[in-house]
Amino acid sequence: MELKSQNDTWKPRIVAFFCNWCTYTAADLAGVSRIKHEPNVRVIRVMCSGRVDPQFVIDAFVKGADGVLIGGCHIGDCHYIDGNHKTIRRFAMLKRILKDMGIEDERFRLEWISASEGEKVKTVTNDMVEKLEKLGPLGLPKKFIAWDEEMNHLELEISKPKEEIEHV
Amino acid sequence: MSEKPKVAFYWCASCGGCEESIVDLAEGLLDVIEKVDIVFWPVAMDFKTSDVEAMADKSIFASFINGCIRTSEQEEMAHLLRKKSKVVVAYGSCAHTGGIPGLANQFAREQILTYVYDEAPTVTNENKVRPEVEHRMNGASVTLPAFRNVVRTLDQVIDVDYYIPGCAPTPKIAQEALQILLSGELPPNATVLAPDIALCDQCPRKDSKPEEFEYHGFKRPQWTDIDPEKCFLAQEIFCMGPATRGGCESLCIGGNMPCTGCFGPTCRVKDQGAKILSSICSALSAKDKDEIEKILDSIPDPLGTFYRYGLAGSLLRRNVKLPVS
Repeated sequence: MELKSQNDTWKPRIVAFFCNWCTYTAADLAGVSRIKHEPNVRVIRVMCSGRVDPQFVIDAFVKGADGVLIGGCHIGDCHYIDGNHKTIRRFAMLKRILKDMGIEDERFRLEWISASEGEKVKTVTNDMVEKLEKLGPLGLPKKFIAWDEEMNHLELEISKPKEEIEHV
Repeated sequence: MSEKPKVAFYWCASCGGCEESIVDLAEGLLDVIEKVDIVFWPVAMDFKTSDVEAMADKSIFASFINGCIRTSEQEEMAHLLRKKSKVVVAYGSCAHTGGIPGLANQFAREQILTYVYDEAPTVTNENKVRPEVEHRMNGASVTLPAFRNVVRTLDQVIDVDYYIPGCAPTPKIAQEALQILLSGELPPNATVLAPDIALCDQCPRKDSKPEEFEYHGFKRPQWTDIDPEKCFLAQEIFCMGPATRGGCESLCIGGNMPCTGCFGPTCRVKDQGAKILSSICSALSAKDKDEIEKILDSIPDPLGTFYRYGLAGSLLRRNVKLPVS
């Protein structure tokens, strides 16, 4: 894809991890209720928000996500009793790590959305898309390529045949 | 001319501890020398780069390269040794996962140079002299290797066949790895030549590890009277054991210090820091946000703690906001 045309048509890409019991059901409800919201979210269904390994979040950014959204049951409503408690604790620390690594606060979000809150799926999604549009692309895959460009020059030099080395 | 397999050792951005670990083989080193011909080892023997350049491609059986890659010279040597060797082994944490020098990936190149050449309290540099890649004087020119923007692990620069983990690798791990390589039955590519199980499994304090943890806050080892028998995590002292590969003979634990993670993750983990974050933080005692933040404050430098040896080799590799050049 051409760089220019990609930038012109850039839309934020959000990877969303929704828990099976609440937020995924809410997203389903939003669908059957024909609630219109921004189409930028790629939903991945997990059994519990506590199942979201911090590696998944980092990997999503690394593979090109502009934002990551985790959706789970409200505190006290977790199907597995305390899965979402584990989520908020990890979330708090992962935020600190991501901040240290230069990823803005707005790119990583945690929301409690119960099965009946189809409307909230819409407001959260729209709000996140709006914030990410202001921030612009994160574009890590391209960044990694740009980082390694400094090595290309040398590789060309090495592949050239060497002149005879004079020994002193 | 002997028919012994040829071996090379080289160091890149490292402290020299890995070279030391080879010397630490002590009498074991004699066994090694009996079995192999060392054809290149700048730290201990007088060979030149031109000697390596003169060798036939793939004529070295194995090159052990330690240190991460920060300069153009290190890149060049890595490529050269790759070309001349059948097997390339990343030796030690820096070559394997980035090591301590990999922590520099939190800072821009310019930030580092400014601090080192201008701002460090022990530096007097009134004329603001900086190293140059090329300097011309009286018609002659002298050159220095270029200092890259990014610290890289060895496998981010060349193909690596095997890894020997550790900061530094223990003599036991190093010797076992050498034996495996010299046995002629090579393990599958990209194998880390150490047990593929978390340190906790081999920890002498394993029996005192509780079924379930609950952390109310972390104590710093230097300010704590540490029980020499009890699991560190049970004492609320941060330990990387759960997310770190075993095989180090629990040396730090034996010295009554918690694991800092130098052996890197097991093969099932992509990002060691994220994994220890997951393990530790999910077991905090707090339930509401402010209390959680308070407990997290007891880990003063989480990035440097979770990724002490693994930042350059982690999924994100580097602070993504830093300039490319």
